[in-house]
Amino acid sequence: MSFAYEAGRDILKQLSLEFDHRSTALIGQNGAGKTTLVKLLKGLLRPSTGDIFIRGINTKEVTVAQLSRHVGLVFQNPNDQIFKRTVLDEVMFGPLNLKQDRHAARESAVLALQRVGLADKLEANPHDLGLSEKKLVSIASILAMNTDILILDEPTIAQDFAGKERIKEIIQSLKAEGKLVLTIIHDMDFVAENFERTVVLNQGRVLLDGSTREVFSHKELLRQACLDTPYITQLAERLGIPQTILTAREFIEWQQKNSERRETNAQHM
Amino acid sequence: MKTIVVEQLKYRYPLTQTLALNELSFEVEEGEFIGIVGKNLAGKSTLCQALIGLVPHFYHGGYGGRVIVDGLEVGKSQVDEISKKVGIVFQNPFTQVTGSKLTVYEEIAFGLENLGVPRAEMIDRIDHALDLLQMLPFKDRAPFDLSGGQMQRMAIASIIAMRPKIIVLDEPTSQLDPQGSEEVFRAIQSLSREGMTVIMAEHKMEKVAQYADRVLLLHEGRLIDFDRPEKVFSRDDLDQYGIAAPVYTEVCKALDAKIAGEPYYPATLDEACKALVMRRE
Repeated sequence: MSFAYEAGRDILKQLSLEFDHRSTALIGQNGAGKTTLVKLLKGLLRPSTGDIFIRGINTKEVTVAQLSRHVGLVFQNPNDQIFKRTVLDEVMFGPLNLKQDRHAARESAVLALQRVGLADKLEANPHDLGLSEKKLVSIASILAMNTDILILDEPTIAQDFAGKERIKEIIQSLKAEGKLVLTIIHDMDFVAENFERTVVLNQGRVLLDGSTREVFSHKELLRQACLDTPYITQLAERLGIPQTILTAREFIEWQQKNSERRETNAQHM
Repeated sequence: MKTIVVEQLKYRYPLTQTLALNELSFEVEEGEFIGIVGKNLAGKSTLCQALIGLVPHFYHGGYGGRVIVDGLEVGKSQVDEISKKVGIVFQNPFTQVTGSKLTVYEEIAFGLENLGVPRAEMIDRIDHALDLLQMLPFKDRAPFDLSGGQMQRMAIASIIAMRPKIIVLDEPTSQLDPQGSEEVFRAIQSLSREGMTVIMAEHKMEKVAQYADRVLLLHEGRLIDFDRPEKVFSRDDLDQYGIAAPVYTEVCKALDAKIAGEPYYPATLDEACKALVMRRE
């Protein structure tokens, strides 16, 4: 599949990708084509050449409305997404358009808002909320539609520690429900902790695609794409740990095992 | 010399009951790089706004105590006087760009035109700001054709050109990719090396630890701690204030690897490497 906004200038160049149930991070520098790709998956844009199939449906052959039953997209900037006067109305908009009756739509919305921790803000005007809460409202709006595929564009922007933990829980629980969570994200430590698969886009092409551990073992290729490995991975590498470490827990365990090993060796000498 | 003196600062937004800033007192030396940390709603942005006078001149409400920037009492001064001492860079560069200028060069000239700076000096200052932020190659570009990192550097350049003694940055990199945010952090660091006082609210603790001389920890509008990064991040009660220490501090704490000769844990990659190697030996 290729895509160009202007004829002759391909933003995405002959991509071939398959997405399965694995939670997947989409990384790459600004301008790599990440947001363009998710807009194509959502049917907001159509491929210039090639095709995209969502659950067997060719995105060229259906309307965005028809596709929205399957794919939910949370915009990077919640201000581009939010337009209602109350948080509840905002989150009910999706379910109502999927033809749920008012009662069921309200129930879906309230559940989604509980999940993001905003159950006490139903009647608030979303525009009065701070950026981090607006982002959570925009996530709730998509959760309420209960799609099989959820695409999050930079979910952790403006989130503090608690907000990030909450988003982590949401991603984990969606994964447990068997949904595909595809996330564009710049926070490499968050990628390492939360995603099974990582796809690296660079200048409109797939540079790397594999398990997150495998992807983060290619330090040089990542650097070419102007990306870094997670902080903890860098620390482990500086200390000469041979394997690719992805989380603080892995690091601590490796260090502990290693010092035990050294002690046993010392006793044998 | 003290560039910033805050005494018993209290502030309440209009129509609210709770204090957004509560009895804050602290002092900043000229040329220091200060990181402000705390969870959302801790008062970070409000404090930034109090330092540049948006609180209380734009946001009214209850105000008490004093903020003095470079000898000027913010609460009693005109905004244009304050803007010559302190500049602010917002979280999102899109909200800062005027939208009425066709090139990066003209965009940076905007603040200077409004201050009535003579033309020859204006050109000098713009060139210096462009150079400092490594934006010279982009000076004839349209502001909205820049990448996020470039746009944020342009926003910083437009503030620097006004030659403030103090620059306040409210989460300047939250919208940027890793390379863009690294560019911005480096640019801020070079300003700090030139002697500018830097105040930066930021959620990325690894970056705060790497760049800040001191860390100001806020919680519910109160100042909890104001000290060297490794000291603040070694506290046992950080989760009570809704923040997590840099991952380096976290692992060193778990492995009991302290900074040599100090009771604190490392907060940066370099320090963590040293402490962990020492522990091994």
